[in-house]
Amino acid sequence: MEQIRTENLNFSYEEGIKTIDNVSFTIEKGMYVTIIGHNGSGKSTLAKLLAGLLEAESGKILINGKELNEENLPVLRNTIGIVFQNPDNQFIGSTVRDDIAFGLENHRIPQPEMDPIIEKFAEKVGMTKYLNSEPTHLSGGQKQRVAIAGVLAMKPEILIFDEATAMLDPQGKAEIKKVIRELHEERDLTIISITHDIDEVAESDFVLALNGGKIALMGTPHEVFADEKTITDIRLELPYSTRLGKLLAKHGVTVKNHMTMKGLVGELCQLHSKM
Amino acid sequence: MPIAFKDVSHVYSAGTPYEYRALDHVDLEISEGKMTAIVGKTGSGKSTLVQHLNALLLPTEGTVYIMDRTISAKEKPKKLKSLRGAVGLVFQFPEYQLFEETVLRDTAFGPKNFGCTAEEAANRARQALTLTGIGPEFYERSPLELSGGQKRRVAIAGILAMDPKILVLDEPTAGLDPAGTASMMKLFSDLNKKMNKTILIVTHDMEQVYRYCDEVVVVENGRIREKETTAEFFRDARRCNEMGMLPPSLIRFIEMMREFGFNVPDGITSEEQLAEWIGREVKHG
Repeated sequence: MEQIRTENLNFSYEEGIKTIDNVSFTIEKGMYVTIIGHNGSGKSTLAKLLAGLLEAESGKILINGKELNEENLPVLRNTIGIVFQNPDNQFIGSTVRDDIAFGLENHRIPQPEMDPIIEKFAEKVGMTKYLNSEPTHLSGGQKQRVAIAGVLAMKPEILIFDEATAMLDPQGKAEIKKVIRELHEERDLTIISITHDIDEVAESDFVLALNGGKIALMGTPHEVFADEKTITDIRLELPYSTRLGKLLAKHGVTVKNHMTMKGLVGELCQLHSKM
Repeated sequence: MPIAFKDVSHVYSAGTPYEYRALDHVDLEISEGKMTAIVGKTGSGKSTLVQHLNALLLPTEGTVYIMDRTISAKEKPKKLKSLRGAVGLVFQFPEYQLFEETVLRDTAFGPKNFGCTAEEAANRARQALTLTGIGPEFYERSPLELSGGQKRRVAIAGILAMDPKILVLDEPTAGLDPAGTASMMKLFSDLNKKMNKTILIVTHDMEQVYRYCDEVVVVENGRIREKETTAEFFRDARRCNEMGMLPPSLIRFIEMMREFGFNVPDGITSEEQLAEWIGREVKHG
């Protein structure tokens, strides 16, 4: 089922400079999509357009077949949740419980109904133990998990992560990637993640590569990274296993294009045992 | 010895219920002219450690020696201002600290504050901006109009404009894209190799440490757990794994090959070498 469709989307912050330039794509329900591109390529702007936080100059965004416009925004806004980069800018409650409750309060959910919802989503992101903790006592990764719980409590169909791991330490990054992976396994949500993490891209179902506000490449990770020339031209990195595979070819070992280290080591094992 | 910590402890909020010992009897020497990585988990004391280097924090106990100066609990360093000119400290997300109306004025603020004439300060600012790859077309623009990566370059130029001998950077590549990270690390490496600056980098990015740094200092629970050469530190994935850090890709790949039964020898330090070894192994098995 089609969840998101954009048709010839355009957006500029400054007259004459297109930040989003004629972008069209469709995303199916339950897909895990990564959006890649160097800084300034238009990734975050695209995310904000999809979340209804910016209004397109021209073109259309359809969510579940309904156009995202002023009229439909109040209905569609609850369909889409977004988690931002900076964990400190999105923690508004005085405790974890208050923070998750914030959105529910805005929706006038009565207090007795709120608690089970808060507890359910705190558990989902592994923060049950910290419900009464203050934000100053939490790590960046924990704050981001609370932000995710707060967004999930609104029951969105689409969840956007706008470089949600960029400001975290390695442990925090791993925590958030685990939550994203688990959410994807449930297949209830359509996930869109803006990221520079090539390992995360390799795990996703579909990749959109942006450059200068245009779609430079789109497809499965395999398809996208097969176009080495474009990837290099738009200043992105190839997965490690792809780069190593090319060096191997120079030394007489021909391997398939693998997205993960494990895939490449596995093929090397097979080649080795055939000797 | 340009930098030495002798039995240094730092206690925050001493004598209150929030008392916290961030550094605990630290002894450490940092080599001159090298590029040293300071690594450790969040909360291990890395940032507290480096903030002693320009006396932003004073030790609660012990002494810090920097070039010809002594910083201890009892004596505030003399000529604090010249120390701050000699040791440039770049905080995490320094772009949040830009405040002047134009890029050039923001970069010239430091040298001007340190007694340079307006003209001299502007000259130094232009040189520093050139070093960090910010061209003249940006000089008169507001720092707020720039992209995140450009802002960070301007902020680092502001420190370089003071021509410090020692440059301390707290997570300078956090949040940058791969291309931005690579060019930023190249800049620090050039400052180290071509301009002979001593560089200390606090970072979680083992890929960059492996590629660019000479020595690694591991901070754990406010203590120095080890200090060794980069080659020794990355001999295998063990040290990274113990600290919850992602080892460099090459090390991870070699470890994985070993798990799958390949007898990868020690001493492979580049992808080229590894590919060559695999080539021989797979062909002649």
